[in-house]
Amino acid sequence: MSTTVLVRRPLLGRLRGGFLAQGWLFRVCLVLLVGFVVVAVFAPWLAPQDPTMGDFANTMAGPGADHLLGTDQGGHDTFSALLVGARTSLLGPLGVVVFSTVVGIAVGLFSGWRGGWVDAVIGRVLDILFAFPSLLLAILAVALFGKGLGAPVLAMAVAYMPYTARLVRGLTAQEKNRPYVSAYLVQGHAPVYVAVRRLLPNLGPTVLAQSTVNFGYALLDLAALSFLGLGVQPPTPDWGAMINQAEAAVLQGQPLSAVVPAVAVVLVVVAFNVVGEQFGDQLARRDAK
Amino acid sequence: MTALLEVTDLRKTYGGTTAVDGVSFTLPPGGALGLVGESGSGKTTTARMLVGLERPDSGSITVLGQPLGAQVRGRAARLARAKAIQIVFQDPYLSLDARLTIGATLDGVLRLHGQGDRVARAARIRELLGQVGLGDREAAALPRHLSGGQRQRAAIARALAVEPAVLVLDEAVSALDVSVQAQVLNVLTDIRREAGIGLVFVSHDLAVVRYVCDEALVLLRGRPVEHRPMEELLDNPDHDYTRLLLDSVPHPGWDPESIARRRRAA
Repeated sequence: MSTTVLVRRPLLGRLRGGFLAQGWLFRVCLVLLVGFVVVAVFAPWLAPQDPTMGDFANTMAGPGADHLLGTDQGGHDTFSALLVGARTSLLGPLGVVVFSTVVGIAVGLFSGWRGGWVDAVIGRVLDILFAFPSLLLAILAVALFGKGLGAPVLAMAVAYMPYTARLVRGLTAQEKNRPYVSAYLVQGHAPVYVAVRRLLPNLGPTVLAQSTVNFGYALLDLAALSFLGLGVQPPTPDWGAMINQAEAAVLQGQPLSAVVPAVAVVLVVVAFNVVGEQFGDQLARRDAK
Repeated sequence: MTALLEVTDLRKTYGGTTAVDGVSFTLPPGGALGLVGESGSGKTTTARMLVGLERPDSGSITVLGQPLGAQVRGRAARLARAKAIQIVFQDPYLSLDARLTIGATLDGVLRLHGQGDRVARAARIRELLGQVGLGDREAAALPRHLSGGQRQRAAIARALAVEPAVLVLDEAVSALDVSVQAQVLNVLTDIRREAGIGLVFVSHDLAVVRYVCDEALVLLRGRPVEHRPMEELLDNPDHDYTRLLLDSVPHPGWDPESIARRRRAA
């Protein structure tokens, strides 16, 4: 008989034994993500110039000693904007993922644990949310609450919540029939305690894998909104907004100020996907054992 | 003498199917009853109703004169119900929380049941594990580092930690090797003799039931067909179905094909 219990190990041991023993692609992506976070945190000290200040003597410049990756049509230093722009690219998706994960876990756990008609109703509501396009929801939120980081993050959080909720719901419904859960109930523990403190931690890694993948997609969606001019507003540096601002420079034959943030978005999104999926695969393999 | 456990006319249906239909029995203090039948005979459903995991459609369960409600509300009621009846499940791989060491699992049970003092708990854990033949090494181990037999003994220790009046064993040795089965069965006869805990032993295996129990209740499609002392039942089964179950235990001159034929006819 195969054990389908999720196996837990201390995080450090898991990193050493499983994580770092993965293929080169995974390791490259992990390094990339660590670099991304470090840059985002220390951007103001790392950036050689203030990306909000235009150097009007050097607009749409190519790469050079003064401007490592050139400038856009406002004379903003592309390299500095890239570094500082990493902050909103980290904070925005982080807000989306934290909110959608917390609410998704609460909704999914409640629904999966209760079962019956409560579960059926919540399931239908989630279906409706699934069917609603996330970008449309974001545009609605911007129309209501105005441009900036807040409204799109809120909308994305609402749009991403059903993915986590559905995952947690399914896992909970499956897990609550395991005899260890029955044993906790027979011992006299309160059902709420068993669900939150005993069952939920056994779902942790799977949910974390889903949230990691969500982070990448949220980053992409938020960049798209900024590109459309609905998200973070210039001169605050943001990768999506940078691509938007670079239009004139691209037409003038200086595509670097558009290419650089675009490549950054793609790399980080791919890295989050690879890491998240690898994490999920690893759990699936361990489950199958 | 009041009965330790008194079960009267339990019934349970799922949709149109009757899983348990009119099961009644009593268990004296320190008694052991075998609940015998093949898959789908309603024995596991009966066990789950005993511990409150399923709600019976009708019938009553009384432990030491106290009726057990089908649904308990509030902490005191939950703990009282837990003290009445505990259960050991079939699959020792899934019945222990994979994240907790055996010691931590037992500690949680003792804390829940009002043992506030850490040192006293540690002593009690050692005592409980000693009762089932486990030691400090097993207390510090996660379930997946233990063998099937060790896990099942840990699960028994976890049930005993509640100090129940009755212990239900739902196919508790069926997943174990024969030699490990023997160890666990010895543990069970010991706790029965020493602690006076009543056992309800759910199994399809009459060879195992005979070893532990004084009497057996044979279930066929949710209905009791025979309820007699073990020796009598084995020597002189009344019902065809009981004879069939007895003949299903491998023995010299065993003919599985004729058993299969009779089973289809039953």
